[in-house]
Amino acid sequence: MTVPTLSGETALVTGATRGIGRAIAAALSGAGASVVGTATTEAGAETITNALGGAGAGVMMNVNDPDSVAQAVDFAGKKFGAVTVLVNNAGVTRDNLLLRMKDEEWEAIMDTNLKSVYRLSRACLRGMTRARRGRIINITSVVGFTGNPGQSNYAAAKAGIAGFTRALALEVASRNITVNAVAPGFIETDMTATLDAAQRERLRAAIPLGRLGAARDVAAAVAFLAGPAAGYITGATLHVNGGMFMA
Amino acid sequence: MSSVEDRVKKIVVEQLGVSEEQITAEASFIDDLGADSLDTVELVMALEEEFDTVIPDDEAENITTVKQAIEYIEAHLPG
Repeated sequence: MTVPTLSGETALVTGATRGIGRAIAAALSGAGASVVGTATTEAGAETITNALGGAGAGVMMNVNDPDSVAQAVDFAGKKFGAVTVLVNNAGVTRDNLLLRMKDEEWEAIMDTNLKSVYRLSRACLRGMTRARRGRIINITSVVGFTGNPGQSNYAAAKAGIAGFTRALALEVASRNITVNAVAPGFIETDMTATLDAAQRERLRAAIPLGRLGAARDVAAAVAFLAGPAAGYITGATLHVNGGMFMA
Repeated sequence: MSSVEDRVKKIVVEQLGVSEEQITAEASFIDDLGADSLDTVELVMALEEEFDTVIPDDEAENITTVKQAIEYIEAHLPG
């Protein structure tokens, strides 16, 4: 069992139904935080509530709707106390070669993967500045650093998150609020499950540690950045990619 | 209930960590009371909460002194 380094904290994790988000919610909960996980559906919210077993709760939230975001932040605050740890994890892919990309595919990625980070961070900052402490952890991607054909929209949004992280870190450092990013490489999730065997083998060969990552590998990095041991780290991007890219 | 002036001064004391004696009507938040840009944003948010009102950004930019804050609230107080 993990040491309860996060007891007394309220964590909000976006996109916590599956994959990396679910693992992050579990890790923060295991470290003693009260966790609210967001889902796009009521069924997803219920899944999160059940997974957290009373120590947390799921809530339906549409990252693209300012009112919905405000309600989710409010829900977390009323249930467990103002959010002190925000993990911006929600993300989708709409891959296409740029020559074929539709405006709708570009905009869906910008809204869900990048604008959501702005929106959630702003919504949680008021409570954090008042409390004079807080942790914002943004999930970016190795693709935001290396690029990847067919993912110009996704790579742009993820690189945008890295820039946002550094700028906001400077803005709120005086309030004892740290802002960091975690950049997963290729992780075993629903998002990578669609790859065929040949693609997986090619990926594996490009990873020095010789395996795709597990969601818990990413969650452990997030839990570290959320905890007291990471108090002097801000504006950083922690790469969790098995060595496939080194900043 | 205490006057708008007293309530504004109380918020300035709390937000900027200054003493009441430092707060004169003409005191500038940034030049005289040591506020940075984030402090002034937080101050406006605190005023919004105290007086249950919304101060638009372009109006908020013009609130740079204690006197301006009091005058703004008095002119826009709901009810």
